[in-house]
Amino acid sequence: MERFVRISHTENTPLARKAGFIIDVITVARRAIRSIPRDPETVVPAILFPAFFFAVNIGMFQDLVATPGFDFKAFQIPVAILFAVTGISRAMSLVLDIQGGYFNRLGMTPVTRLSLLLGLMVADLVLVVALTIPVLILATLVGVRFETGALGMIVFVIISGFWGLAFAGFPYAIALKTGNPAAVNLSFIIFMPFIFLAPVFIPREAMTSWLGTVIMYNPVTYLLEAMRSLIMVGWDFNALIEGIFAVALVALLSMSLALWTLKNRVTRN
Amino acid sequence: MAIPLFVSDLLMPNNSSYTIETKGLVREFGNSRAVDDVNLFVKPGEIYGFLGPNGAGKSTVVRMLTTLLLPSSGTANVAGFDVVKSPTEVRLRIGAALQEAALDNKQTGRELLDLQGRLYGLNGSITKKRIDELLELVDIGSSVDRLIETYSGGMKRRLDLAAALIHNPAILFLDEPTTGLDPISRSKVWEEIRRINHELGMTIFLTTQYLDEADQLAHRVGIINHGKIVAEDKPDILKKSVGSDVILVTLKDRIDTAVELFSKLPLVKSVESHGDNLTVSVNNGAQSIGPIAIALNESRIPIHEITLRTPTLDDVFLHFTGLRLAEEAQAEEWKDL
Repeated sequence: MERFVRISHTENTPLARKAGFIIDVITVARRAIRSIPRDPETVVPAILFPAFFFAVNIGMFQDLVATPGFDFKAFQIPVAILFAVTGISRAMSLVLDIQGGYFNRLGMTPVTRLSLLLGLMVADLVLVVALTIPVLILATLVGVRFETGALGMIVFVIISGFWGLAFAGFPYAIALKTGNPAAVNLSFIIFMPFIFLAPVFIPREAMTSWLGTVIMYNPVTYLLEAMRSLIMVGWDFNALIEGIFAVALVALLSMSLALWTLKNRVTRN
Repeated sequence: MAIPLFVSDLLMPNNSSYTIETKGLVREFGNSRAVDDVNLFVKPGEIYGFLGPNGAGKSTVVRMLTTLLLPSSGTANVAGFDVVKSPTEVRLRIGAALQEAALDNKQTGRELLDLQGRLYGLNGSITKKRIDELLELVDIGSSVDRLIETYSGGMKRRLDLAAALIHNPAILFLDEPTTGLDPISRSKVWEEIRRINHELGMTIFLTTQYLDEADQLAHRVGIINHGKIVAEDKPDILKKSVGSDVILVTLKDRIDTAVELFSKLPLVKSVESHGDNLTVSVNNGAQSIGPIAIALNESRIPIHEITLRTPTLDDVFLHFTGLRLAEEAQAEEWKDL
């Protein structure tokens, strides 16, 4: 007790100062990363779900779409990755912070408001990259090889990571707008038209009906084609640029929504 | 409960001698005025108790003073800085534990305190030192390395208090710090609040709906009802304002007759009628209780119960609002339903 009194009297002025944007982001991200293994319910489905879909899709469609020189397993790996990383975010923990009042506690500190969101997204990026690893192991086990080699695999992981982050903006926007866990859970529904109106089971060229027109406007189409090119074609820079542009477009939309809702949430009105 | 001298004469950066100063503070939500023309002048080193029922506007005032909410009109300066114009300067100088311990259950106590320290710009070694000091102060012991979800309600409140103190703030806001706690945990929190104020000279702005809490802890008490401060002074002075003693009379009927009777007795300072109960303020209870009982008996008004006690802050609340604090709280809850 005496030690407490002595220190506090000699430092009778408050110790606090602004930590700075980078430190704020790192601090928020550290907390978010630390809580990931303590929330296994958010990670385990993201590992099991893609493996399940991969196995079912291969079982159902492999013989149907079998043509010489077409590796359906390699074709399905990007789909499995999308199922693994899409919708992965700390948005649910953000909602719990809002409901439990912890978000207010953070709001009373001199922390930069933007870092409250960016810190969580840094953690998401770490998690999303980690979640691609089991899928890539699965791919290796079933005999899928990357035409672009190890470097292509790294680019594949980076694109997956940025897609995960780009989509995460939607659940964050919902979390910040509603503060409602049920609404955040439903955010995965946004992904459904994205994924099922894309060339998930057969190449775009084989789709000739109205769906063929719709998928031309779906960014996931170009994302899948970019990822598939790394596995099945080799370095196809056109496909990669189109894929990256599609991710950037989704990111622009989702991040704008997330930042707008963050601004509204921290506005003191 | 003397105010520590070493901080009492400090001037704020705005040359005010008050560490919390509000003038005409108003907060409206739609058509409802939650806070109505509140003027507060809290001195450095003071424990100021803000007493009122649920829904009186206490928490809204705290949310404005802690920079979470903008006032609709009026001004508020905390630690010499305007809460609207300089929120960051205010945030650097305040600590707050709001209603319901605001903690992250998935962290350990130590992790939470470390994070809090880093957000206030403390480096690793200072944060570590502060955590060690605060753990002695708030008595969490080895539980600090357990996940917060395993803590009891009292431990969560004490950890919340430690988190509010990590950066050694000049002003501590405590919004109903003991609501929902058992008596033992409550007295522990009281002890810690006194210690923080006495040993560190920290200004403490405390909201409460408990009369004894305000009475026991606060140097001065402001009573708020329907967003307005209805009375403010030292607890003893407030209590004396309703008389030296209070005689509580419970009658079966003829309440109005009894009120009229008492108002004619020269030894009675004031009478408040409330259901079957009459609260009679007198200067000398021992000398007055006999004549009051006799007067009722002579008027053939049957007495159910008659007791003598010293005034409480509830009597003050009744005097200024016409309602008991507990009943006003219940009325607010019914309104919410």
